[in-house]
Amino acid sequence: MSAVGRFHRHADGTAHDHAHARDGHEHVPHDLGDHSGYRTGSERVEVLERIFGENDRTAALNRADFAAVGVRSVNLMSSPGAGKTTVLRETLLRLAGSMRVGIVEGDIETSLDADRLAGLGAAIALVNTGDGFGGECHLDAPMVRSALPRLPLSDLDLVLIENVGNLVCPAEFDVGEHARAMVYAVTEGEDKPLKYPVMFRSVELVLINKIDLLPHLDFDLAAFRANLRAVNPAAATLEISARTGEGVDAWCDWLRAQVAGAPAPVIG
Amino acid sequence: MHELSICGAIADIATRRAGERRVESVHVRIGQLRQVVPDTLTYCWELVVADSELDGAVLDVEQVPARIECRDCGRTGEIGDVPVFACHVCNSVEVSVIAGEEFVITALDLAAV
Repeated sequence: MSAVGRFHRHADGTAHDHAHARDGHEHVPHDLGDHSGYRTGSERVEVLERIFGENDRTAALNRADFAAVGVRSVNLMSSPGAGKTTVLRETLLRLAGSMRVGIVEGDIETSLDADRLAGLGAAIALVNTGDGFGGECHLDAPMVRSALPRLPLSDLDLVLIENVGNLVCPAEFDVGEHARAMVYAVTEGEDKPLKYPVMFRSVELVLINKIDLLPHLDFDLAAFRANLRAVNPAAATLEISARTGEGVDAWCDWLRAQVAGAPAPVIG
Repeated sequence: MHELSICGAIADIATRRAGERRVESVHVRIGQLRQVVPDTLTYCWELVVADSELDGAVLDVEQVPARIECRDCGRTGEIGDVPVFACHVCNSVEVSVIAGEEFVITALDLAAV
């Protein structure tokens, strides 16, 4: 803690005035003479506190709740329209009967995405982020925490968290996941890893979706991979088409590996 | 885009740390990799603190350029406007981000009691 009082000792007695634009006060012109001891009374207090500390503490609680019942969680992110919900639909169709899946579905105002996933055997908890501060463009850890009581966690193997479609904000928020993946559509162009490096750096896996459209596009897959490597050399990729089903089995294998890597449930 | 929620988080911390004292300024340090637009942040700050006990408090944003360190050759450098997370000298991708991910409130200027 350090005090930053503004002492002014003017041995030469020069008259002047101060006008501090940023600190919210102005001195009136003051006059000759000794005015040692004069101070404005502002004190600087060191804080050094992480701005998202509260979110990160809640994320740790979520992760601990998942771990306590042996559930793995995957945070799935993308821009709007990249195909997250279609990928999830195809995923649930393939995992039905072999893996117990819960979905946390982030949507700004509607239940449209949740409706598309209903009836596929997964437990779904919808989070409308429109109630968040300012109408949120992402899921944060408290939002996901609010959804957990609506999932039968102890009966599940995997929780897929479908984030709000957005390449900026979701990357900033740890929601308590064990792994992060993103869906990227070839219609989005090759340059996005360079424009949204924080998102692309934050994921373990990029699903390159809509590859059935490649014959109709100028999309340069090699250039996209080079851009991805520039920001995240460790990211794995899978080429898929949620529409034709191509590659979706490989994604399901990746999810099975995530679940197999989960630590055993805490007993007692 | 998430500047509003960031300002909400900053305001919560500032209010809690200030106790009964009036906050004149809030100093934050934000790295380049945080995707925060400073002008948007200060605009949102004014919206968030208006009519609250923080009304009038100035948000002072210190931006930190992103820097990487090569784990192979040890060189350091800024990543620049086009983000390439590879060593500028030996091209190794075995690099660590050593600056640019900061996201902290560093200090408060509080009025005298």
